[in-house]
Amino acid sequence: MLVRRVWPGRPTFNDPLSDFDQVRREMLRLFDSVAGEPAAGSATGVFPPLNVTQDEENVYVRAEIPGIDADQLAISALRNRVSLAGKREIQLEQGKVSYHRRERAEGTFSRALSLPVEIDPERVDARYTNGILTLTLPKAEAAKPRQIAVRS
Amino acid sequence: MSTDGMTREMVAEPRSAATATPSRASGPEQTRPGLIYNPATDIFESDNSITLLADMPGVQAADLEIDLRENVLTVSGRVTQPESKYESDVLREYQSGTFFRQFTLSERIDQAKIDAKLSDGVLRLELPKVERAKPRQIVVKTR
Repeated sequence: MLVRRVWPGRPTFNDPLSDFDQVRREMLRLFDSVAGEPAAGSATGVFPPLNVTQDEENVYVRAEIPGIDADQLAISALRNRVSLAGKREIQLEQGKVSYHRRERAEGTFSRALSLPVEIDPERVDARYTNGILTLTLPKAEAAKPRQIAVRS
Repeated sequence: MSTDGMTREMVAEPRSAATATPSRASGPEQTRPGLIYNPATDIFESDNSITLLADMPGVQAADLEIDLRENVLTVSGRVTQPESKYESDVLREYQSGTFFRQFTLSERIDQAKIDAKLSDGVLRLELPKVERAKPRQIVVKTR
């Protein structure tokens, strides 16, 4: 299982090479964006590719997983950890057909993420539309930004 | 029936940009801004039809365009950014843009009977062959 830390600001010491790799990828992305080339994000070869974003209320995890049965997905969330596993099966055509191209991949996948903040696992929402899985992970109350009034 | 030599030519891309990784463009130059991706595609053929399956995650049916003219099949689908403007990136492993790919078909296709389905980000395109293009058994007569 692959565990990735997605908190860019906090240094990790268990694997210094992974930090170099992260920096290297960020640099490549920067060069590519200047040159107008698509970022080689999925070039890491990890399936499914994930995008993680956050706003004040929630952390969002989006995954490109086209053509799977939503029942085949196993998603679990615990404090600051989310894991996602499943299987993509491609039915071979029955009967007498000849294949010209077979590019679409199949197989099992499993990914785990460490999130930058604690979340409330009870209120996690998962939706699968148009081949994109969207997880909405509400931040735990303690992790939300708070307005502090200054008394004069 | 040995159709191998024939079928190999039957579905070809106009240019050899057949990589599953994001590429800048295949086919004609794009004028729309944004990134262009080659969708991973399966193509198979039976006696009656050619079927194409393409992975296009994030494309809605309304944003999909399929065009067949002069034996060139063009499939393109635009992905609308799902993120709201209040969201900031934490990790980005994929970008969205437009899926675009072209194929040259050497078989005659019955345009009126083309059937396209888009479900869970996978396009399934059925291209029925025109009657007279179906293989015929040719009996060799001997004297």
